[in-house]
Amino acid sequence: MRHTISILVDNEFGVLSKVSSLFSGRGFNIESLCVAETLDPKVSRMTIVTTGDDQIVEQITKQLNKLINVIKVSDLTAEEHIERELALIKVNANADDRAEILSVIDIFRGKVVDVSPTTYTIEMTGDAEKVGAITELLRPFGIKEIVRTGKIAMARSPKSGK
Amino acid sequence: MKKNGAQIFLESLLKEGVDTIFGFPGGAVLPIYDALYGVTALKHILVRHEQGAVHMADGYARASGKPGVVLVTSGPGATNTVTGIATAYMDSIPIVVFTGQVPTALIGNDAFQEADIVGITRPCTKHNYLVKDIKDLTRIIKEAFYIATTGRPGPVLVDIPKDVLSASAEFKYPEKVELKSYQPTYKGHIGQIKKAVELIIKAKRPVLYTGGGVVLSDASDELRVFAEKLNIPVTNTLMGLGGFPGTHPLFLGMLGMHGTYCANMAVTNTDCLIAIGARFDDRVTGKIDEFAPYAKVIHVDIDPTSISKNVRVDVPIVGDVKSVLKDMLKALDEIKGRSHAERGNEKAQKDALAEWHEQIKQWGETHKLSYKLDEKKIKPQYVIERIYDLTKGKAIITTEVGQNQMWAAQFYKFDKPRTFLTSGGLGTMGFGFPAAIGAQFAFPDKIVIDIAGDGSIQMNIQELATAVQYKLPVKIAILNNKFLGMVRQWQEFFYEKRYSYTCMDVAPDFVKVAEAYGAVGLRATKPEDVDGVIKEALAVKNKPVFMDFNIDREEDVYPMVPAGQPLNKMLLV
Ligand SMILES: Cc1ncc(C[n+]2csc(CCOP(=O)(O)OP(=O)(O)O)c2C)c(N)n1
Repeated sequence: MRHTISILVDNEFGVLSKVSSLFSGRGFNIESLCVAETLDPKVSRMTIVTTGDDQIVEQITKQLNKLINVIKVSDLTAEEHIERELALIKVNANADDRAEILSVIDIFRGKVVDVSPTTYTIEMTGDAEKVGAITELLRPFGIKEIVRTGKIAMARSPKSGK
Repeated sequence: MKKNGAQIFLESLLKEGVDTIFGFPGGAVLPIYDALYGVTALKHILVRHEQGAVHMADGYARASGKPGVVLVTSGPGATNTVTGIATAYMDSIPIVVFTGQVPTALIGNDAFQEADIVGITRPCTKHNYLVKDIKDLTRIIKEAFYIATTGRPGPVLVDIPKDVLSASAEFKYPEKVELKSYQPTYKGHIGQIKKAVELIIKAKRPVLYTGGGVVLSDASDELRVFAEKLNIPVTNTLMGLGGFPGTHPLFLGMLGMHGTYCANMAVTNTDCLIAIGARFDDRVTGKIDEFAPYAKVIHVDIDPTSISKNVRVDVPIVGDVKSVLKDMLKALDEIKGRSHAERGNEKAQKDALAEWHEQIKQWGETHKLSYKLDEKKIKPQYVIERIYDLTKGKAIITTEVGQNQMWAAQFYKFDKPRTFLTSGGLGTMGFGFPAAIGAQFAFPDKIVIDIAGDGSIQMNIQELATAVQYKLPVKIAILNNKFLGMVRQWQEFFYEKRYSYTCMDVAPDFVKVAEAYGAVGLRATKPEDVDGVIKEALAVKNKPVFMDFNIDREEDVYPMVPAGQPLNKMLLV
């Protein structure tokens, strides 16, 4: 099963490699990884997507917790959470196809961020399925290049207000 | 007054209470060696190989409980420490290794004697640091010692570039550590502890399975009291030996691949396995699905990653072994205070336990640890037994790896913790001799003996010079079979005696080697020589002694559970 793990770490050199070598040293694969500073510049947030059965993921989270530079680990998979990813898609856009491409973009609430005589570059945010779906619809026109950020995620606040 | 980085480094070590460092100089650490010149408050031990320095620091730490300290230069000096660090890491030993590094401006340039030692040791240190600014030096040293010695202990490496050592700053040693991301749990969860105790008092066939964690947390007294109170038999892992008295009537011997028949049968048949400071290593469990198949499992460990890693656990308790055992004893007292009705059928319980002890006694009698004495050939087990008797069980024993290690574990009885020092996790040949030197530095007046094989001793034999230089009376008992014995044994059992590259009949004359270094060399070729050699060695007070015991070449270690088999499928003598 796929797990989204959110980690708070010290914002220092070498920490990313400590985290990633923990995965590689045990033969666990990282499917995607995002890192950026939090409000506190001394702390960074990593969002890592990995796949494994419950026992493996439990080991991963315990091992992560054991790293000296790791402040907090949460496996968001079990919680209600929001996830997003950003993709930039460069697609062939001939004069004949432009209208149709624009309507696809519109349906998905994407944005055209760059235009050339033969291409559109589209910015798309959403969960992984949404990014996957627009990619499929654009594929027939000819995708020249695609860049995805990988997932970022955040737990939802409790609805009851308690 | 400002001081340079090298002086700050030394002052920081003194603040940490360090009195001995094991080291070897080189270009990148010249500023430190200059600062060391003439200093008497810190004893620097000049080794002959950096791997030796790390094993010495490790042996010093295992014997004394204090962190061992190492100082080496950059590049090859640093890479030579890796096996030693990995050895300490696998056995959770607190050491702090300081490596010199090329100046910060050159890092990443493939400079002369540059190695990315922080990258290289990432998977075998508890934590490591590159000091990039002299302002961070004291904080990092403070943290390094704190991290190495707290929680589950382990090695920490600090890499210091040469320019940081010559930069200057005000010396102010931090009072305390502030690490919000590192707060080890010592106290076990009381609810879980009560649950565990309830299980234990109702068990009909309980066994305590205890490991190195008992030794590391200095909990052997608590363990003994607990076992005696509840009349529960105890088996130790290799790392746990000495954590429970080896001569105690409740002691079953070591379990696992070369464990006793009794211990392995008891664990296979127990209905309540109480694992304390042990980690269910594959050399201990054999075939994992058939390990303790009838048992409810209670697991006490300071490291949450050890729990439920290899086996399912019914009652996990994360905490320091000593603290948890104390709380378990308290919980027991509370139960004692309950009324009869609440305590259930105590008579039935007592009877069941008596039956269990009877069964264990039978196992113990049917297949004792044994070997066949020979009139002409020296049996290695006999040598260990004689060493045990002639040292009255009071020596600190270190071992190399292989048959020598297993015979030492089986035939010397360890009554006190920190008296059996062995590389259990990594199984490093070449560990025992430098570790013995380290232990001798920690306890100059104790008898320290390395039980060695002729193969292993050659892996760090150069440290003889160190032992001679510092007039250390360490004894090295070489069980010389002119084979890489343990590997040969596997070839005998599992590869039709095809002794591929395990015969080492070309070996130096160990007596002459000892003499060439200025040490004492003794040899025994017949059983009747053994006592004389040991006595003569014990009488030497100011230099190391090699005892070359020419043993029966193809003697095997029994019992043996073939790798991957369940524990009750033992090959017996
Ligand atoms: C550094 C290292 N290399 C290889 C091994 C694999 N190994 C395990 S036991 C052994 C044989 C050890 O021979 P010796 O020291 O003569 O001891 P004996 O088994 O004969 O007592 C070997 C090669 C090891 N444990 N460590």
